[in-house]
Amino acid sequence: MKKVFERPKSMFPVPTHYCPGCGHGIVHRLLAEVIDEFGIRERVVGVGPVGCSVFIYNYINCDMYEAAHGRAPAIATGCKRMHPDLIVFTYQGDGDLASIGTAEIIHAANRGENITVLFLNNAIYGMTGGQMAPTTILGQKTTTSPLGRSSKREGYPIRIAEMLATLEGATYIARVSVHNPKAIIAAKRALKKAFKIQIEGLGFSLVEFLSQCPTGWGMSSREATKWVEEKMIPCFPLGEFKVPRSEKPVK
Amino acid sequence: MGEKVLITGNEAIGEAAIKAGCRFFFGYPITPQNKIPEYLSYRLPQVGGCFIQAESEIAAIYMVFGAAGAGARVMTSSSSPGISLKQEGISYIAGAELPCVIVNVMRGGPGLGGILPSQADYFQATKGGGHGGYHMLVLAPSTVQESVDLMTDAFDLADKYRNPVMVLADGYIGQMMEPVEFKERPQKVLPTKNWAIAGAKNRPRNLIRSLYLDPEELEQHNLKLHRKYLEMAKNEVRVETYLTEDAEIIIAAYGTVARIAKTAIKMLRERGIKAGLVRPITVYPFPYETFAKISEKVDNILVVEMSLGQMIEDVKLGVCGKAKVHFYGRTGGMVPTYDEIVTQIEKIVKEEVA
Amino acid sequence: MKSLYENVIVAGFGGQGVLFIGRLLAYAAMKEGRNVTWIPSYGPEMRGGTANCTVVISNEVIGSPVITSPNALIVMNNPSLDTFEPRLKTGGLLIMNSSLITREAKRNDVRVIKVPANKTASELGNDRAANMVMLGAYIAHKKVVTKENILEALKKYLGEKKMALFETNKAALEKGIEIGSL
Repeated sequence: MKKVFERPKSMFPVPTHYCPGCGHGIVHRLLAEVIDEFGIRERVVGVGPVGCSVFIYNYINCDMYEAAHGRAPAIATGCKRMHPDLIVFTYQGDGDLASIGTAEIIHAANRGENITVLFLNNAIYGMTGGQMAPTTILGQKTTTSPLGRSSKREGYPIRIAEMLATLEGATYIARVSVHNPKAIIAAKRALKKAFKIQIEGLGFSLVEFLSQCPTGWGMSSREATKWVEEKMIPCFPLGEFKVPRSEKPVK
Repeated sequence: MGEKVLITGNEAIGEAAIKAGCRFFFGYPITPQNKIPEYLSYRLPQVGGCFIQAESEIAAIYMVFGAAGAGARVMTSSSSPGISLKQEGISYIAGAELPCVIVNVMRGGPGLGGILPSQADYFQATKGGGHGGYHMLVLAPSTVQESVDLMTDAFDLADKYRNPVMVLADGYIGQMMEPVEFKERPQKVLPTKNWAIAGAKNRPRNLIRSLYLDPEELEQHNLKLHRKYLEMAKNEVRVETYLTEDAEIIIAAYGTVARIAKTAIKMLRERGIKAGLVRPITVYPFPYETFAKISEKVDNILVVEMSLGQMIEDVKLGVCGKAKVHFYGRTGGMVPTYDEIVTQIEKIVKEEVA
Repeated sequence: MKSLYENVIVAGFGGQGVLFIGRLLAYAAMKEGRNVTWIPSYGPEMRGGTANCTVVISNEVIGSPVITSPNALIVMNNPSLDTFEPRLKTGGLLIMNSSLITREAKRNDVRVIKVPANKTASELGNDRAANMVMLGAYIAHKKVVTKENILEALKKYLGEKKMALFETNKAALEKGIEIGSL
């Protein structure tokens, strides 16, 4: 019988701790597939965040660091400078990257560090129990914005991809989503491109994944994917925001 | 003997790091240690190394984390307020057992404080400035030559124990010029870094972390760290004793203050007061034994610091009530003078007679 | 080697080259196999707006690099004289730049040498070499280092870029030695 589907080799054969309907598992799988397809597992290094995906090292079978909250890009910098031949990625959530770690991500991008960043934006703090994130959208209720996020009280959601795309040091910046199969296929394409850019030594690449968090949002999985489509994407448009000079961005 | 060069403490620390095989520096400017990053920013590229001026002290210490985790000989340097910012990272580095060297050229505090010399970060350096109950090995040079020698040792000790090592200098040592010899030293045999991140080729993958959610596992991890600290206390204590053989009164001081105390001791001896000095070179692990022994011979010990009394607590632990422990300190960038130390000792001696 | 313990504070305003001649002195002392410390105006000395450095030279291990009452003072301007004159050790040596210092020394328990440093340097065609005149007067009195070693230090610190200044600086040093030997 022909095998048509299998677990990526770069993933440990273990169940994840993620909630049903969460997007992290999908992004982990895309990551592992990309690593397998490039055949680079033995020279890939991951830097995990603090947040729901803190245990990413339990799932991806490569050398890994577990970083402090927000500092993954700095750790990746230290590692990449020591081993320029390794392929270094960070995996960070919205609290980690867009709140406590803003300085680190901006400056890693601006230095043009030859690393790849996987940024998972689900508009909420999942691990600590549903508090407001820097990417929480206006009107969204969280445990620390119980009346709904108000621009007057809490400011606006931060659009990381657009912001980083303004930096000359960044080579590739894209925003994708993992809320339906079509989006997932496009997400993988972007992630593969990001790794390719690093492998070719072209510089800093980041893919922002819009992801559903049914538990944090207090919805069913199905409602959550709909919410991504109807609420998140209008606030965080998908597309490529920065591409290598020789290319045209796909919107 | 090699040729001597006249060099500031800050530059000497930079060159000593290069000679010790350090090839990575990550830091952020802060007075009075800027000559260290400035020096390394042109020296490291000459030897194929890497210098990054990070966006903050926080980023700098995590770049150190990343490079140390990848097996590099790596350092950072800063001064008091910057070292405070690095504390989180130092705790993670200690937790993940990564070898690195951190230089603190202390200035006055708290807060932004001033830029003048101080020893007010003793507690922070020796008692775990960050969270979670860890220790660094802390070396406190007193001269520019000693800064050079201790820098080399610092990298070896860091590798030997897989632990962060701090070189705790004060602003004077950084600014001062003295003739220095960069001695050729035999290469130490050190454990191979088979734990380091290098790509999981032909081996199970390596993982650098300080996260242990299982309490039993975390307890085991902490006990392992603790055993390491006990090992350091057994093997690495360094202390200088100066004119203590016949001493009737002892001054305890480290760093620049210890030098000033030596001048005071000469003056006191000219006046017939037999004073001696105990100078901790490692302030962690602390030479408790030396103080325990000396307190059986003398009745009075004067601790002198550029703070309002921090090392005195360790001195008291060593003395354990067997001698009176007195204190004299200046703070905020003011420096105790030898005249002041002489006056303090004379006062103690007079009170003893009375 | 003869027993030796000397300490000197060199003070002036920024740009008068007081740190520079302190370094020359320290380097020369090192060349002669002495222990030496050089500290710039850092620490409490920094207050008061004068640039200064402290040099300690000894055959023995040097204790304090910070000196309360120096054996010698080289002062280039009025504020430096005001700041440091009271601290000079009894019987110490006070070398003052009489080109710029407008008052007499107040101390009568020290040896005072007046050196018209700026005037002398100017006559030699290098206004900026007043510091070297002062250093010359100092080594003429104290003899802690030789002229040759000061010149070697000068070569080292001027470097190739500024070697054109060597001759006038050398002339200023020699003139200072002459004035100091009177």
